[in-house]
Amino acid sequence: MTDRRTTIKWMLSVAASMPLLRQRAWGQEVTAWPAVRGYGGDPDLTKIYKPGDVWPLTLSAAQRRTARALCNVILPDDGRSPDANSVGVVDFIDEWVSAPYPQQLQDRPVVMEGLAWMDAEALLRFEKYFAELDESQQHAICDDICYEPKTAPKFARAAAFFTRYRDLTVGAFYSTPTGWKDIGYIGNVPLTKFEGASAEVLQKLGLGPGHT
Amino acid sequence: MSIPTPAAKGKNYDVIVVGSGAAGGQTAYTLSMEGVKVLMLEAGRNYVPEQETPMFQSYDQAPLHGASTPEKDFGFYDSTVDGGWTVPGEPYVQSTSDPHGRFAWWRSRMLGGRTNHWGRISLRNGPYDFKPHSRDGLGMDWPISYEDVAPYYDKVERLIGVYGTSEGLENTPNSSPGCLLPPPAPVVSDYLVQQRARRLGIPIVPGHRAVLTQQLDFKRSPALLHPGNLKAQKIIAQHMQQRAACIWATDCGRGCSIRANYQSTTVHLPPALATGNLDIVCNAMVSQVVLGKNGHAKGVKYFDKVSGAEHQATARVIVLAASACETARILLNSKSALFPNGLANSSGKVGRYVMDTVGADLSGQIPLLESLPPQNEDGASGHAFYAPWWGYQDQQKGKLGFARGYHIEFGGGRRMPGAGTLHGIERFTGGSYGKKLKEDARRYYGSFVGFAGRGEMIPNENSYCEIDPQVKDKWGIPVLRFHWKWSDHETRQAAHMQKTFADIVQAMGGRVTSKVQSDGAEAIAPGGFIIHEVGGAIMGADRQKSVTNEWCQTWDVKNLFLTDGAVFASNADKNPTLTIMALAWRSADHIADMMRRKEL
Repeated sequence: MTDRRTTIKWMLSVAASMPLLRQRAWGQEVTAWPAVRGYGGDPDLTKIYKPGDVWPLTLSAAQRRTARALCNVILPDDGRSPDANSVGVVDFIDEWVSAPYPQQLQDRPVVMEGLAWMDAEALLRFEKYFAELDESQQHAICDDICYEPKTAPKFARAAAFFTRYRDLTVGAFYSTPTGWKDIGYIGNVPLTKFEGASAEVLQKLGLGPGHT
Repeated sequence: MSIPTPAAKGKNYDVIVVGSGAAGGQTAYTLSMEGVKVLMLEAGRNYVPEQETPMFQSYDQAPLHGASTPEKDFGFYDSTVDGGWTVPGEPYVQSTSDPHGRFAWWRSRMLGGRTNHWGRISLRNGPYDFKPHSRDGLGMDWPISYEDVAPYYDKVERLIGVYGTSEGLENTPNSSPGCLLPPPAPVVSDYLVQQRARRLGIPIVPGHRAVLTQQLDFKRSPALLHPGNLKAQKIIAQHMQQRAACIWATDCGRGCSIRANYQSTTVHLPPALATGNLDIVCNAMVSQVVLGKNGHAKGVKYFDKVSGAEHQATARVIVLAASACETARILLNSKSALFPNGLANSSGKVGRYVMDTVGADLSGQIPLLESLPPQNEDGASGHAFYAPWWGYQDQQKGKLGFARGYHIEFGGGRRMPGAGTLHGIERFTGGSYGKKLKEDARRYYGSFVGFAGRGEMIPNENSYCEIDPQVKDKWGIPVLRFHWKWSDHETRQAAHMQKTFADIVQAMGGRVTSKVQSDGAEAIAPGGFIIHEVGGAIMGADRQKSVTNEWCQTWDVKNLFLTDGAVFASNADKNPTLTIMALAWRSADHIADMMRRKEL
């Protein structure tokens, strides 16, 4: 099976999730399970869930304030689509870091430490919390940590956090109908006929019948 | 669909079928249509796709936006119930901590088993695939040839509905006219792969999947499927009309509430139940086959998972269709004075020759696909095209360094975004955020194409399962311990896949998104990961070297049949499910014939 199988979800994601899968697919149950329970092996798939429905959210008000600000720095309103928090990305982040699963448990300290670092750095540079900074101040900090290969060694941990946080924010935003509209996903509608590639696009790329 | 309760078990059944997936579903379908009274035992719960399928739910309506977790390994909306790489209370064991020596075992505990979520890729084995040893001296020949199975491939395709084309390519059989449905329209990335891969000499042709691109031929097919059986014809004609054609939306892996793709629960079981000849008991965890004093199987023992009580059911014939490894497990756990090493195991071959499919993946980012005007690319959940293996002649000349072939599955474009969408995008953007990131997301979304190689593994003496002497599951049933080893034929093939995919990406003007792995041992997916495990009770012509004959009938116990992937004597690159169904139908026909002749 290609998850994959087949159904080829993985190609959407640039990053492969194989390493984590490789760690755990060996028949043994996870023993270090936290007290909080997940949705189990047989959840109702047709119900509409929102963050907090299955396990409690755990970010403090202060953490959420910083998290919210950072989501909006990463994906602001640009006139074509609204900012990340208009679709509740901070709630997704809270749900994610509060979840009782290995990937999320691994991300939790990264995000917690990262949010704390953002505020500490903001206070150090501008004597205000990150959420209270103006855009140029927020960018001054983010510019130092937004791309790991070009980050100064002293910012390495913060940059690793930023990479992960950007992924979470991007994934959360673009998997909503608002994000679909922005990014150009126009599927998930029933059709009586499926046309496939448009003749116009094929022509432009020199593809399809008649082209070799 | 009404599911009988265990109260039904008092009846006199002709046949007990253990398992309800591709093998169990097909076996029960064929037998009940032939008037045979069948009791089906399924280890999982009842499952009703018409009510339970999350059609059209967007990922933001799911916990974690649908991301995979150990409780839903393939994501929240994957239809798998109570299953995955681990099943609580039902462990399995590895013989080594060496990662290359391990096997991962995917199970589903639900009516219909893994047919509810599978990829639905439905390829026929070709003539070479039944006689691999004759061709290159490796592995084992089957006791049957392609010609023996071809009529059943035709039947299964007509019954379940498979799209595709007959291309006349080497060892890639044509279907009989009228068997296949038209393939879905390709999307832009499909055409691009086709054009550029063909320049490299790789054939790209329509894929084959069990999805109704149009309604089944309910007027002609019933008589071809069940000649002379008017009752069966009437029932299947009715059920074919109840299945809707694909509406080109919502991923097949969620299941399908309109029955437009193949699931045992939507295709095999409803008409089988309509005959009145099939009873189904769910939550029935079979532990062993019970042997009578005459050396015939007389029934099975199972635990009712809800009450924990142990029951016994009896019938004239026992069919195991529990999935390859679970079937081997049941046999090995069925010990008696006559069979101290497990039932039907006089050859010592039960549990031996477990095979998976060789898998390696690579994806590319393709600038030509950037910033194209939005189009609906949902289609039939991908696999409009694929590349059947093209290297048979090179292999015969000894040019490739590995003996068996692989096919390529690929897909790209504008699929429904989920929690992992555009993760790692900074590798292309140099770390953008803010308004620039939004522009980058619009540019890069839909520009990725993923390739997955699916290749043949040759059975070997080091890949097998046995009963662990200590560990038991929560029902007290001893569990399997796995041993695994790839040979150079598999690892070299995986390295060849990596190079081929990188070449195609390059021919498309793209760049690969991960390291191109030249070390096959690192490129190859671990054993079990492709979830094509077969073998473990192979069929053969020699009872010393195999567990069943060509009819899936065990050599040792006349009224015991194995109709799942356990009997595979080789595991061609072709995904096994279609062949499982074809062999199950053939075996069930044989069982019904023997019953009519009072031989069972």
